[in-house]
Amino acid sequence: MPKIIQFYIGLSLIALLGCENFGPEEPMEFELLDGPLDGLSVSEQQRFLAGDIAFNDDVFTVEKGLGPLFVGTSCASCHSGDGKGHPFNQLIRFGNNDLTIPSMLSFGDGRNQIQNKAIPGFEPETVPEGFPFSILVAPAVTGLGLLDAVSDADILAHADPSDENQDGISGRPHYNIPPEFTKIRNNSVPQGNNYIFRFGKKAGSYDLLHQSVSAYNQDIGITSLYDPIDPFSGLEEDPEISTQTLNDVVFYLKTLKAPIPRNQTDPDVIAGKELFESVQCAVCHTPTLTTGFSPIESLSLKEFHPYTDLLLHDMGPELDDGFTEGNVGTSEWRTPPLWGIGLSANSQGGQMFLLHDGRASSIEEAIELHGGEADNSKARYLSLTPKEKSQLIKFINSL
Amino acid sequence: MRISMCMSGKIYVAFVLMNVCVLTLSSQTIDRDSIRESMNMDAVYDRPFLTFDKFPVNLGGYLEANSIYSIEDGLSEGLSFQARRLTLFVSASISKRIKFLTELEFENGTEEIAIEFASMDIALHPLLNLRGGIVLNPIGSFNQNHDGPKWEFVERPDVSTNLLPATFSNAGFGIYGKAYKGAWTLGYEAYLTNGFDTSIIDNEEERTFLAAVKENSSRFEENFSGNALLNGKFAIKHRKLGELGISYMGGAYNRKEVDGLQVDTKSRRVDVLALDLNTAIKKTGTRFIGEMAYIWVDVPDTFTQQFGDRQVGFFVDIVQPILSTAVLDWEDAILNLSLRTDYVDYNIGRFAQTNTNIGDDLFAITPAISFRPAPQTVLRINYRYQWQHDILNNPSSRTATWYFGFSTYF
Repeated sequence: MPKIIQFYIGLSLIALLGCENFGPEEPMEFELLDGPLDGLSVSEQQRFLAGDIAFNDDVFTVEKGLGPLFVGTSCASCHSGDGKGHPFNQLIRFGNNDLTIPSMLSFGDGRNQIQNKAIPGFEPETVPEGFPFSILVAPAVTGLGLLDAVSDADILAHADPSDENQDGISGRPHYNIPPEFTKIRNNSVPQGNNYIFRFGKKAGSYDLLHQSVSAYNQDIGITSLYDPIDPFSGLEEDPEISTQTLNDVVFYLKTLKAPIPRNQTDPDVIAGKELFESVQCAVCHTPTLTTGFSPIESLSLKEFHPYTDLLLHDMGPELDDGFTEGNVGTSEWRTPPLWGIGLSANSQGGQMFLLHDGRASSIEEAIELHGGEADNSKARYLSLTPKEKSQLIKFINSL
Repeated sequence: MRISMCMSGKIYVAFVLMNVCVLTLSSQTIDRDSIRESMNMDAVYDRPFLTFDKFPVNLGGYLEANSIYSIEDGLSEGLSFQARRLTLFVSASISKRIKFLTELEFENGTEEIAIEFASMDIALHPLLNLRGGIVLNPIGSFNQNHDGPKWEFVERPDVSTNLLPATFSNAGFGIYGKAYKGAWTLGYEAYLTNGFDTSIIDNEEERTFLAAVKENSSRFEENFSGNALLNGKFAIKHRKLGELGISYMGGAYNRKEVDGLQVDTKSRRVDVLALDLNTAIKKTGTRFIGEMAYIWVDVPDTFTQQFGDRQVGFFVDIVQPILSTAVLDWEDAILNLSLRTDYVDYNIGRFAQTNTNIGDDLFAITPAISFRPAPQTVLRINYRYQWQHDILNNPSSRTATWYFGFSTYF
């Protein structure tokens, strides 16, 4: 056989056999926020995959129902890699500044979120003059199923609305009336018709279905069977997303894994964890919660570490944007989970945009902007030595 | 014109293929070497055709197929085989000075069927020829010179397919011509054709994507914006130095009014400027082929920054013959080593909210080994390594892809 043919065949074989060895390596599991919970059954993995495609690959065009007013064109445009969002796709919500009077809903349809982008030929909404507003950066969506499966009783166990223990911290749940399409959790602890809301910066959503339906409607302008009112026209429209797809997305969000902690054997991280407790960050950023029973075995009766109590806290004047949402006061915010915070920069373009509006560019800055119920903890943090501060930050980054 | 494959389509394909087989029995091949073609603008005619005694029609075409094995961030979908393109050419000299040529392409089997080119040319003077029908817009060089067997790479260049919409053809009319002086050749083309539509900023790619217009099959019967797309190219070639081309296309892509009613606030333009180069070092036989494009799109300020108002990209191919010898019955077999560099920035600019750089870019290198047993046939092994950033500039997604395939005229 001529040498040239031998050479070519040899080269081809090397190429084909060597395929695996010349590809990029898979990132370490703990570097990624996306991925399913361990232990999902085959059928659950199929549903996860369907939701994954809808969440990360479905892009809405005008033909598919986008807008005409909107904030983003897909779920992934605000939750890149299932992580925290970037200010370029910020949400803006407004309201009145007094909880004792009914919410001023100037759009007349119950919305308090403006849609700040528009397809050609339409004008985006702006905040009605004189109304206080907040800029919101989209949260990470990892581990939400675990938070969803926490029992009301467990949430209430951490609440102390009248600060009976006099530690200056008085977390309270957000009680509100869920929309009719939601399915009330078993063993809920209602107050009349009001149930505990737990998702959103101000705990504005009851569960992941409520959150997803609202996001499709208010962020992308997509109507569904559950919320058929078009936010632009205010009229009922045919669903622009199927209920199957919506349920797949909810399942995907429910079964996304929790962020995996990193560097847990690092002495600084270990020391930082002790400081986290002693400074009393852990009073609100509760390290451990437990799920109740869930038909999804991977979610059922699990202990996990989100570093949130899912309660509302008064964060003081620095973080008071002056608007209320539901029954949540102007300076009240639901404790955000700290898990995965060290990976934030990987989904925010190499920088950190922390706190509800992304105003903090580092964990240190975010701590320093805490106030209200967090004043004592902040003072303790500020009194730490530089090394201790560094250890504490390393620990938070490791979550 | 893209249509779904139906029974009548299959019968048509069978008919064409049967005729090709029958006519081949009494045919001879015009064995042009497309690698040494004159200018890029001649590419549609500078192909090997089968001619038939006393039969006024010439036939030709090419086929390309390959295997592909891709690994993205450590995960692979496994090995696939792709029948990328089967293309048929039919040309005819209708009478003196009047020619006709068409190119019918089947992509991925029968997933997409497109008439890529179908024009009548009337030669009045070397400097003035008329062309009308479905024309390939002369933007860059690849759009007109896209036949698989001419290239050492399985994938088409990113700038030519993901920034520019190769292969981009439209219904329209225009003129072209050439002038010669010594070793120099000057060529020009100028066309008015149907243009783009709003899909370029409203598509599932979630970025400004000129190629989205190819999904609009009605662009061959109606100009969406109502304003013609102006497309022109000027190229200069020196026999020893190579060819340099500069091309432009631009026009409105939206409708400001429909039935006398205003549906957008203004007429919005898309403008594209492209440079292309094709040269060789005679002493070593090293060839350099490149193309660069810059795109401006008037995206409404009130739309999302996901869709950029400026884009840029380029590719450079370096092809080095390393062996030219007789192999089996192939007298002029050639082995080439090649390298392609691709770069595309889909969204030039900075975020309004953070003043940080907008990502959404791609860089890739593709080393290749290609074997040409004959000038019109190429067997290729390509290895492409790609880094792609999302719009936020998060850590790049990396993809390595192996290709083994062939492309041949017939």
